[in-house]
Amino acid sequence: MANVALDPHAAVVSTASGGPAALTSADGTPLARALARSQRRARRRAFLLVLPLLAFILITFVVPIGQMLQRSFYNAGFSANMPQVSAWFAETERGTDPDDAAWAALAADLTAAAEARTVAMVGTRINYDLSGTRSLFTSTGRALRGGIEPPYRENLLEIDQKWGDPQLWSVMREASRPVTANFYLAAVDRARDAEGNIVQVDERQRVYTMLFGRTFWLSLVITALTFVLGFPIAHLLATLPLRKSNLLMILVLLPFWTSLLVRTTSWMVLLQQQGVVNDLLVWTGIIGASGRLQMIYNQTGTIIAMTHILLPFMILPLYSVMRTINPSYVRAARSLGASSWTAFRRVYFPQTLPGLGAGALLVFILAVGYYITPALVGGSSGQLISNMIAMHMTSTLNWSLAAALAALLLAAVLVLYWVYDRMVGIDNLKLG
Amino acid sequence: MALPSYASPLERAWHYAYLVICGLIFFFLIAPIIVIIPLSFNAEPFFTFTPAMRALDPDGFSLRWYQSLLHFGMENPQAEGWAFWSDAWANANWIKAAKNSIIIGFFSTLVATVLGTLAALGLARPEMPFRRTIMAILISPMIVPLIITATGMFFFYSNPCDLLVLIGLEPQCGRLAGTYLGVILAHATLGIPFVIITVTATLIGFDQSLNRAAASLGANPRVTFFRVTMPLILPGVISGALFAFVTSFDEVVAVLFIGGPEQQTIPRQMWNGIREQISPAILAVATLLVVFSIALLTTVELLRRRSERIRGVTPR
Amino acid sequence: MKTTLILSTALSGLAFAATAQEVNVVSWGGAYETSQVEAYNKPFTAETGIRVNMIAADNPATPLKAQVEAGNVTGDVFDVEVSDAIRLCDEGALMEIDPAMLPAAPDGTPAVDDFVPGALQDCAVANIVWGTVISYNTTKFEGEMPQTAADFFDTETFPGKRGLPRNPKRTLYLALIADGVPAAEIYDVLGTDEGVDRAFAKLDTIKNDVVWWEAGAQPVQLLADGEVSMTTVYNGRVFDAMVAENQPFEIIWDGQYMDMDMFVIPKDAPNLDAAVEYLKFATDTQRLADQARYIAYGPARQSSASLVGLYQDGVTEMAPHMPTSPEALENAVMDDPEFWADRDAEMVERFNAWLASS
Repeated sequence: MANVALDPHAAVVSTASGGPAALTSADGTPLARALARSQRRARRRAFLLVLPLLAFILITFVVPIGQMLQRSFYNAGFSANMPQVSAWFAETERGTDPDDAAWAALAADLTAAAEARTVAMVGTRINYDLSGTRSLFTSTGRALRGGIEPPYRENLLEIDQKWGDPQLWSVMREASRPVTANFYLAAVDRARDAEGNIVQVDERQRVYTMLFGRTFWLSLVITALTFVLGFPIAHLLATLPLRKSNLLMILVLLPFWTSLLVRTTSWMVLLQQQGVVNDLLVWTGIIGASGRLQMIYNQTGTIIAMTHILLPFMILPLYSVMRTINPSYVRAARSLGASSWTAFRRVYFPQTLPGLGAGALLVFILAVGYYITPALVGGSSGQLISNMIAMHMTSTLNWSLAAALAALLLAAVLVLYWVYDRMVGIDNLKLG
Repeated sequence: MALPSYASPLERAWHYAYLVICGLIFFFLIAPIIVIIPLSFNAEPFFTFTPAMRALDPDGFSLRWYQSLLHFGMENPQAEGWAFWSDAWANANWIKAAKNSIIIGFFSTLVATVLGTLAALGLARPEMPFRRTIMAILISPMIVPLIITATGMFFFYSNPCDLLVLIGLEPQCGRLAGTYLGVILAHATLGIPFVIITVTATLIGFDQSLNRAAASLGANPRVTFFRVTMPLILPGVISGALFAFVTSFDEVVAVLFIGGPEQQTIPRQMWNGIREQISPAILAVATLLVVFSIALLTTVELLRRRSERIRGVTPR
Repeated sequence: MKTTLILSTALSGLAFAATAQEVNVVSWGGAYETSQVEAYNKPFTAETGIRVNMIAADNPATPLKAQVEAGNVTGDVFDVEVSDAIRLCDEGALMEIDPAMLPAAPDGTPAVDDFVPGALQDCAVANIVWGTVISYNTTKFEGEMPQTAADFFDTETFPGKRGLPRNPKRTLYLALIADGVPAAEIYDVLGTDEGVDRAFAKLDTIKNDVVWWEAGAQPVQLLADGEVSMTTVYNGRVFDAMVAENQPFEIIWDGQYMDMDMFVIPKDAPNLDAAVEYLKFATDTQRLADQARYIAYGPARQSSASLVGLYQDGVTEMAPHMPTSPEALENAVMDDPEFWADRDAEMVERFNAWLASS
């Protein structure tokens, strides 16, 4: 629509001005130029209307996210506080054994960092890559408060033997450059060994790839469930007379408009072991009092609650597509001898595919990023990758790792968003 | 969805089964919201229907959880009359939270609606360059996982001047995190996609020749906008504003990350409550919120009908 | 940005024009928060006119760390565990506290000699000693009742779900105690890879029966709702439920995990002066003794002990419910802040991987 070349008026003018006697406007300028100018003005005016919002979104949304993602590959926790030994690393090859200069630089940096009370930060940074080293830095820092004499190597080793560990030096070398891919490696359960090769982490520490997999798998299950539940409802609403369907539509929209926390709470009330559903099952004798089902604080809880919360996002696009399907096609198929199942499968269903695609993509995109609901009803097996991002953000404070995980998740969502825009068109998104 | 007269018995059976299935799905949709309402009147601190409640015994029901909403945080809940209410107004935690939610919701809606409507008007113009790309950027706050948005905002709002430092300036400025302004800006950002979507949808049905007619009759752009365009797109603007307000009113992740101790909103208070203790007091809040959302939903439906009437669109 | 600032000041002024001086205290919520409000906050506001805002967190050290790192400190006084207090102090985030400024005991003993060992750190002052204990719902078992930490892992004899906190610090020790490691040797064993493996192997035996909790009020709720038959819980919270709400719970002191809660003040606290005032007020002898009237945590001052009397109901003797009573100390694990400052990140990662794998 925005393409000027396709504008019918523009086309007319360009052929007209191609003729021998160019048309002119009232003030004598050629009509084509006058039109182009006025179109430029109209374009600028349209753009000016959008500009304030675009600037607002860029500043309050795009920039903050970009700034956060920067942390995923930039961490100056070591290099900024240990300048001398970082310089030594920059000058030497990987695999160089620390010489006297290196030990002297290390001792000087540690003393300065202990003075400035930044030694714990350095330790925290190294601890990300080599666990158990944080206290090495803090305790050495404490020991160095009174200063250190040469020979530095021997004296440092006397404070703690661990300073001689080649793995520690390898990790420090990695950390001496603020720009690093290590956090992305960690986000896919990889690490570098003492020689700098990329290896999988110990099996007992692997968690993120599994969680990414679980997030996508659960989102897929939830999308499928919303489809199974949403399709009959959308079909019913689309085929009922408008008065009735508008009334029933309220039942779809009410959950949509109700606070997310309220809905999550009510699922907790319903599904817990002493909750309403279990009470009902025991009361009707379907299960015994001792056999109460565990339906919450696990994956089941996450799936049920999220399906409920995302169901309207499937129903609404399906409904708007189904409304436009002409019922006479199905009737024609029936009159030509198709069974009702065949007519549905071969004639009706294919026409609902655009709505289905829109709904499924929307539900899937929203599901992969869910945080609140799994946090409250997911227990441990229903946690998704967002919960890990939140954990590293607020409790372990490994922000670089949180940012790397977020970047991977964001990339996946943006790819899906792009697909959505290609397939459905972002301007066809409707609410209610 | 009437059954044709030629339907076979099997089809008839399937048809009724289908209706039952639909009924069950509607039940799935609505039951969780309905079930909390009676439980919020429970006289006991449990989540189950007590025998007294099942027997509809009046003793099984009480307003104690609603009362506890008021009392929580008050300095002297035993006071009476004016002293009680002024204490509640100033100190009751849930009332403070409601006040915060309304203040934040109002201002963020205002920002989102004004900027969003302007932008939607621009986007609806056929001359708009890069329409699709810009639209995709403006809608993205709805698509990007909230946890990512919230973490990004947390850093940026903590030191909003970092950006200027990068380009060599050394400004002195405070922080946005932990202020009302910060939360308002964040919520406005999250509400904007909804305004864009609803207003754009209204503008698709808007006949641009009306504007041209007004202009040809001598109206300047401002008069045209306020006298012709605005009344026609108003329902879309209002329903967009309602969406933006509900988004802010229901938002917990961003406020958890960037809100300070002062910005205690209803969802944040609920979040604490759910983690601390899911007592029926939480259900009482939930019930009040459900009533609130029914009121909003009715408003939207009435607006939609009004808009159809004005534009002369008859329901298909 | 200047306009922003003016605007934001105007906005916050608009909403809270009336507030004079105030101090934001971040604590653990629930019954513990109530005890602090009653024993510290109300008399503090009455005496100084400074308003106290209580903010609840699952663990206040978490928001504190985040706020310091982001350069965005909004709380003034935080109530944290010893290991976090030491760690944050090392990182230079906290104000150093000179014990000389703390009020002396009523008999004139200076604060340095009055507090129990370990209660005064470079940047922190303890207010209470508390324990994580096992508690069970008596209505869930018939006949024999559980007695020891080992019974916690015995789901055959004592059926029902178990509640455990979702962190390694307060789960691994319990597994080792139940596996027969004496309380005094816990950290020696946990310091080795085999020891950690052993703890996880023990946890594996009940993994499918565990409901994980995060906030201190949750285990009490789980126990009351009957979601679990046995759980670990902070001893003051479960005492509150037992005595104030007459819940049928019992405490097992075997394998108690002892820790102290400390008040710390971040260097960039927005109301620094009021925060210092609050800290001095809240840690005096009478205030600490008063808190024990509302919750069963031991005061961190020796001079407070004699002032601890009855619970607020006026009949319950507090002494036997304290985590410092002789019975409670028999097989108690004392927190090791150094160990956790060092190994926390690694343990959390391994714990999460263990949780996530089915």
